[in-house]
Amino acid sequence: MYPSIHPSIHLSTLTSISSSPVIIYVHLAVQQLQTLCFLANFPLAKMAAQEVQPSETIAKLKSESEALKTKLEEERAKLHDVELHQVAEKVDPLGQFVMKTRRTLKGHGNKVLCMDWCKDKRRIVSSSQDGKVIVWDAFTTNKEHAVTMPCTWVMACAYAPSGCAVACGGLDNKCSVYPLSLDKNENLAAKKKSVAMHTNYLSACSFTNSDMQILTSSGDGTCALWDVESGQLLQSFHGHAADVLCLDLAPSETGNTFVSGGCDKKANVWDMRSGQCIQSFETHESDINSVRYYPSGDAFASGSDDATCRLYDLRADREVAIYSKESIIFGASSVDFSLSGRLLFGGYNDYTINVWDVLKGTRVSILFGHENRVSTLRVSPDGTAFCSGSWDHTLRVRE
Amino acid sequence: SFINADFNIFRYHVAVMCLENIMERVIVSMQDPDMGMKMRNQRLLITVIPHAMTGRDIVDWLIQKYTITEEEALHIGNFLVKYGYIYPLKEPRNLCLKQDETPYRFQTPYYWTSTRWPASELDYAIYLAKKNIRKQGELIEYEKECYNALHKRINHTWDFVVMQAREQLRASKQRRKADRIVLECQEQAYWLINRPPPGVMDILEQGPDRRNVANTRVQLVSGQMLAIFVKYCEQYQDHDPIMQGCLPSNPWITDDIMYWNMNSETVTMPTKLRVERWSFSFMELLNDPLGRKELLTYLEKEFSAENLCFWQACEEVRHGEASKIAAKVDEVYKQFLAPGASRWVNIDSKTMEKTLEGIKHPHRFVLDDAQMHIYFLMKKDSYPRYLKSELYKNLLAKAIVPQETKKSVFPFMRRQRHSSPSPALVTQTAEDNGKAKPSAAKANAGTASQI
Repeated sequence: MYPSIHPSIHLSTLTSISSSPVIIYVHLAVQQLQTLCFLANFPLAKMAAQEVQPSETIAKLKSESEALKTKLEEERAKLHDVELHQVAEKVDPLGQFVMKTRRTLKGHGNKVLCMDWCKDKRRIVSSSQDGKVIVWDAFTTNKEHAVTMPCTWVMACAYAPSGCAVACGGLDNKCSVYPLSLDKNENLAAKKKSVAMHTNYLSACSFTNSDMQILTSSGDGTCALWDVESGQLLQSFHGHAADVLCLDLAPSETGNTFVSGGCDKKANVWDMRSGQCIQSFETHESDINSVRYYPSGDAFASGSDDATCRLYDLRADREVAIYSKESIIFGASSVDFSLSGRLLFGGYNDYTINVWDVLKGTRVSILFGHENRVSTLRVSPDGTAFCSGSWDHTLRVRE
Repeated sequence: SFINADFNIFRYHVAVMCLENIMERVIVSMQDPDMGMKMRNQRLLITVIPHAMTGRDIVDWLIQKYTITEEEALHIGNFLVKYGYIYPLKEPRNLCLKQDETPYRFQTPYYWTSTRWPASELDYAIYLAKKNIRKQGELIEYEKECYNALHKRINHTWDFVVMQAREQLRASKQRRKADRIVLECQEQAYWLINRPPPGVMDILEQGPDRRNVANTRVQLVSGQMLAIFVKYCEQYQDHDPIMQGCLPSNPWITDDIMYWNMNSETVTMPTKLRVERWSFSFMELLNDPLGRKELLTYLEKEFSAENLCFWQACEEVRHGEASKIAAKVDEVYKQFLAPGASRWVNIDSKTMEKTLEGIKHPHRFVLDDAQMHIYFLMKKDSYPRYLKSELYKNLLAKAIVPQETKKSVFPFMRRQRHSSPSPALVTQTAEDNGKAKPSAAKANAGTASQI
């Protein structure tokens, strides 16, 4: 009744212990795995199907990829195509940076997922997996307000430009605005205003230039612009083929565009008035977790699960720099620029923060300290410091 | 529904694959016949295990291969162990990389997280059953709990579980001791990661599920286009506190908030850097409330102040409450656009015609064209003249260059970190005093009435 093939036998065919280790690439097409899942109630059947022939030798694959790379570079050189680091060759290299943790904010009982600075340059709002949203004076490390959301995984939070309210949301599929009251006895939740409604989790939110409008992105694959007072949907943005994970508003003169990044590996630039996607960039190899405009608004940076950060020039309409290193294996969860745009800070899933020279494409510094993933990172409004939040329950302000 | 459940798991798995693919690349490099790690035989009591390596060798190889520091190499190496691509031969429960003679081995691809994820309940049951049969009482506390829970949950296949466990144990007894030890280590390492004991961080935790897609324009860019980034960075370098520091000092370092006080909105005499920055772009001047105030003073002298006021009123329409749009647009029309209006703005006839037509059905963006026209008018005409004006030059000459304050070396002399009034309080007080709440666009544009 039961198949007589034993898993131990398969083990021995896949691993010869007495001879040198054999590296086996297990490439399974989508169809194959689906079929496997359909057919196999028993793990044995899965194992049998996975007894794949060893693929081509590594050496051959290696030389093939090297040849392709060279050819590509040759072609590009013919067209006088350049990348940012080539243009920046004459720029003075940066010296050593000493960046220390100046404040550690402890108080969340679970993973910190998101944070945002207040325009007063010292207050921040942060949200966590256990539903808590806390407003801190990061300078004194005092907690000033706390709200408990009715859902877990509050993945998005934002400070209103006036400093009088915060917005947050997550697995509740909504974005709610809480006016900040200084009456200690008043329950902030009482004045809560439900603004955005999506059909899947809220991944990011941001006020526009005023307290009256909020831009949201969601796991339902869309972004949307909302009127805070009435909760009315002002504009929706369709175009991503999968969950949208992040967004950032452009600091441009006309203030009408924003960029979003998603699980479809695309970064899209949108016109807020028409709802149209006006530009799209697809060079990442995995989910885009974070997007942030270069201070002039002429470009934006992205951080992705493919362990790279990239810079996209909006006028040239393409990627102009990649920030990566072979030793960086884990995805970048959050990116932001220093005030001059010369430094790009990236928070990574390997608990570190890598600091990149934006112009030269090199890594300037690696910062340790967090004890779990860095999930969120923002530079303060006047560029005097940056704050990182982590799954280790803490936030750190560093300079 | 079985198919759907597995399909959803698979779709999620695609996202996890990226990390594992990158780690696999590292592991494959480490096993490269020419440039990979040197492996050796390792003695475990009386048995010799082939193809082992020491923790020290792993760290050294990483340092050399990626040109990184020891700290970073150890950091990465630890992840290779925590994710199960390398496992320790002694102390198997301690999944960390020790930078000494501690022996490690590469995990067989069969047990890589990328190939065997998610771990199957059935496999775990078989594994625990094997442990239980092999040595009664060998299961530790949390394993006993899992075993009992599984026994309840998949009771209908329990015969199969026990039969498989017995078969596997029998087959393993026929192996050479070295092979048997390695197989046991490999399997144990796999389960330590996929079913971590309570209290140990679940390394595979990923956060809420994401849907992905399982998936080019060739554009040319010249050096000239990219030069703008070099220029921008250079121009702002002195203004970047993280790069160059700031005067009198960075509040986060010295706990002295003088820097914030000297750069606040209401300061009477601004700093030199701040005034300089207004000359970088029209946006910089407008974004600074003090700069805007100075510009207004200048425009009043030139009898063109209505341009700035108009621009600000348009901002308020664009960023204000939806319910107030009609009323605000009406106000703007009366003040700035109507024939004979007190603060009439000079827009070209085509734009004016279009705007007046649009106002009949007011919406958020109805004033955009007119606003843009006035914005560029100010930018091309008033702004450059302002920068050349006596008003600006005098201010720049008088502007403050703060003295540097250093952080006190002595702990007992360190400054107290003073709290500041919350922005929410400012509003509340204004409300309490019966004043109108500051406009929501205050942070950006300021109200027309304040000017």
